[in-house]
Parts: sequence; structure tokens; C-alpha cells
Amino acid sequence: MFQNIGEMVLLFWRTLLALPQTWRQRQKVFDQFFEIGNASLLMVCVLSFFIGGVLALQTGPVLVERGLAGAVGGLVGISMAKELAPVMMAILIAGRIGSAMAAEIGSMRVYQEIDALRTMNINPIHYLVLPRVVAIALALPMLVVFAILVGWLGGALVSIANERIVVSFGAFFGNLREVVDAADVANGVFKSFCFALIVGVVSCHQGLVTIGGPRGIGRSVTKAVVNSIVLIVIFDYVLTSILLR
Amino acid sequence: MNAPQLTPHAVGLQVRGLRKRFGAHEVLRGVELEINPGEVFVLMGPSGSGKSVLLRHLIGLEKPDDGEIRINGEPLDSDGIMSRYRMAMVFQSGALLNSLTVGENIGLYLSEHRLKPPAEIARIVAEKLEVVGLKGIERKMPNELSGGMKKRAAIARALVIDPQLILYDEPTSELDPLSAVVIGEEILKLKERVHVTSLVVSHDRDLAFGVADRMAVINEGRIVAIGTPEEIKARPDPIIQRFLQADFKPNHRNHP
Ligand SMILES: Nc1ncnc2c1ncn2[C@@H]1O[C@H](COP(=O)(O)OP(=O)(O)O)[C@@H](O)[C@H]1O
Ligand SMILES: [Mg+2]
Repeated sequence: MFQNIGEMVLLFWRTLLALPQTWRQRQKVFDQFFEIGNASLLMVCVLSFFIGGVLALQTGPVLVERGLAGAVGGLVGISMAKELAPVMMAILIAGRIGSAMAAEIGSMRVYQEIDALRTMNINPIHYLVLPRVVAIALALPMLVVFAILVGWLGGALVSIANERIVVSFGAFFGNLREVVDAADVANGVFKSFCFALIVGVVSCHQGLVTIGGPRGIGRSVTKAVVNSIVLIVIFDYVLTSILLR
Repeated sequence: MNAPQLTPHAVGLQVRGLRKRFGAHEVLRGVELEINPGEVFVLMGPSGSGKSVLLRHLIGLEKPDDGEIRINGEPLDSDGIMSRYRMAMVFQSGALLNSLTVGENIGLYLSEHRLKPPAEIARIVAEKLEVVGLKGIERKMPNELSGGMKKRAAIARALVIDPQLILYDEPTSELDPLSAVVIGEEILKLKERVHVTSLVVSHDRDLAFGVADRMAVINEGRIVAIGTPEEIKARPDPIIQRFLQADFKPNHRNHP
């Protein structure tokens, strides 16, 4: 799967070079941005609520048994902000948005629409890749901020409601505010920005290199999602070890 | 179209020793071709003989393995050539962007390159649609159109570029005979009105002999004949004669 890394780096570089075109393509950036929000906001909400909840459910009773009830909020808070929200939302977006990008660009490739653009002297990177990469790089960090907040809420509600935990709302968020500071949230948001670039570039690249009709489109979609997720997890480790220094 | 700076000067095309292989399959085997400014040149040949691949080379979508292509003597791969000459290709499938309306498709070149204000673009789009007999379908999506309508919309999209050179890949292959005649007339009108150079790939013998100033026959990646329609018709070469005279003869099997 890694034979294409060089091509992807090249596509990323070309997209960076095209950044001055962003203002010109702003309408497409907005369209993509709202499409991403529309397609994923509800799922982000449900997913992060339950991730926060299950975190509290798994850790709460263990901590409470050892007399550490006060630490539940901080533990849920920091795991959500630094790790779970960025990674899980990136994976969700890879599945929901990356797949759609690869399918759309892949079908444009297969049905010669991209060739038609090139004959009209329209650069497919400016026209197709740039708006998508910019939109996802803006949208995913915002979704992650939202996911962190919803995840905290989910953790808090489970901590209050579960009879083996029973930590008050005030105690949960009191501890959370003690442990989690703005830098931790910024850390998670920064990671999600990097993941967004991965999903955007990998998916657009897979779309652009699609060959061989409808089955080729299917293969591209699968590859886009799988490669995005693998790269997200690898980069998560790399970024975390850099950011922890 | 009547703005003086847009009056195109005709372009000629020279192809020398063009070769292209895909894997083990050599599709173009040394194509030699010269197309004169302002003429309608028809290229005929059996399916799979490399016609579409040749067209893709001529508009810069494929890089030749060997040989060269020149526009008015300038190599096709020289810098900025695509912005100095206006060329358009009508793809066999039409290749309209499915996510845009027909009107947006046709105006795309003008809107993406910010060449005209939106109202002006709308006017030009309506005018070109009328030219190809599709008046008033701006708001339709490409997937609501029949194959023939898509092709005509694609021709309208090519006309918007106000091209000096148009490449048509089987422009009448999905059209009813009446629409095919309209397209043929349009090709001729364009030649007279704006002196555009046209290269038409077609199996349609009526169209070919109706519009061609000169024509060529390609077979297995090589040009096997080139000349005026009369010269081609008079060629004794069996490949050409078989291709020109192939006819559906349902009674043959009963009367061997
Ligand atoms: N991108 C490609 N990769 C591999 N083979 C190709 C490609 N494009 C065309 N070919 C092959 O080249 C040959 C000529 O194709 P084409 O030019 O489309 O024929 P036609 O004369 O019918 O338009 C065919 O055998 C086709 O399979
Ligand atoms: Mg063809």
C-alpha cells in the first residue's frame, strides 16, 4: 500500500502550491465544508457521546473502588481531548467523507471528466483537490472541538447516573478543569488538523489514480479509507511522541 | 464571438512519427499526419485502431513515446502552448461533469477562467445551446439527457472556448440521422464562419464524405491512406475499400 506515498507527497506539495488559489475557489470550499458538516455532525455527536460514556464506564468503577472518585473527570477529559476525539473522528471522517471524495473524483476520472477539465485548461488540483483538502482541514478540527465537548458531557452523565461511580456533575468538571488545560485541547485539535490533511490527500489521490471502470472506483474507495486509517494511526503515534516531548 | 481580439487565426497540425504503447500493446506505430489550417479533416478506421488515443495525444492528454506533434510549427510540449492556442475536444462519451448542470458545464471554461461576467456567460451558453439544437435545457443535469443530447451539449461546451482547433471523437455515433446531419452542417458552418480547423474521427461515411476537405484512414496504428475524399474513394487498397464499402447484407447468408 505504500508504493504511492511518493505520489501522495507530490500531490500534497502541489496542493500547498495551489493554496493562493483558495480565495478564487472559495465557493467550492464552502460547498465542501457544509457538505462535510451536514454528512457527519450527527454521527460525530452520537459517536463522541458514547465514547465519553464508555470511557467513564470502564474507568469510573475501578477508580472509585480505589478511592479515586475525584480523578474520573480528569481521566475522561484528557483521554477524550488528546486522543480519542481526534483519532476516532478522523477515522469516522475517513469512512464518511474520504470515501465520498475518492468515489466522486474516481468516477470523474473514469468517465473522462478530468480529461475534459484538462482540455479546458482547468487544473484538476485547483478545481477538485484544493477545495476538498482545505474544507476538510477546516472542518475536522472544528468537529473535533465539538466532539471533545460532547464526549465530556457523555462521560459526565454516565459518571452521575451509574450507581457504581456516582460522581456529581460539579466534581466531574471540577477535576476535569484541574487536569485538562487549553494546551491539551489544542494538542488534540492540532493532531486532527494533520489527520484531515491525510484523509484529504489520500482520498483525492486515490480518486485521481482510479483506473478501470466502476470496479476501479470501488477499489479506490476501499483503498482511500483503509490507507487513511492506517496512516492516521501511524501518524497519531508519531505526533503524540513529538508533542509529548 | 464578434469581438475582434477573439477572431481566431487558423492553426495547422503536424504529426511526425508518433508512437505510443500501453504495456505490450503498441497502439500508435509511427503516425504521420499533416492537417492544414482551416480544413475539415476526417479520420476513419476500425474500432481499436488508435483513433481516440491519437486525438488524446493531439490535445496533450497523453505523452508520446516517440515522435512529435506541432501546432503551427510549435512543439505541443512547449511551455504555455495550451494557453496560447484555443483547442477543444468533444469526447466520445461527451464527458460532461455530472455534478454540474448542463448550463454550468457549457459555461465552465468562461466561469473558471473568469473571462466573462455571469450574465454574459448565461447569454453565451443559451446561444451555443441553440446552435446545437438544445435550446433551454440549461438547468437539466447531464444524467437527464440521452446519449445524443450529451454529445451535442459537449459540442456546445467546445464551441464556448471559441476554438481554433476542434477535435471530434465520433460526434455522430449516438445520434439519430437527423441530428447527425445537423452536427455535420454545424461542422461546416464553423469552418466558414470562424475558419476553425476541425479533425473529425468518425465511422459515419455519410458524415465523412459530406464534410471532409481531406481524409485519412488509420489501421493498426498507422495511417494507410490520406487524400481528398475522391482520392480515397479511388484507392484500390483492399483495407480501405472493405472499410468504405462494408454494408449490412442480410440476404447473403441465404444466397451464398
Ligand atoms: N489508457 C490505456 N491503457 C491501455 N490501453 C489503452 C489505453 N487507451 C487505449 N488503449 C488501447 O489502445 C487501442 C486503441 O484504442 P482507441 O484509440 O480507443 O481505439 P479507437 O480507434 O476505437 O478509438 C485499444 O486496443 C485500447 O484497448
Ligand atoms: Mg474511440
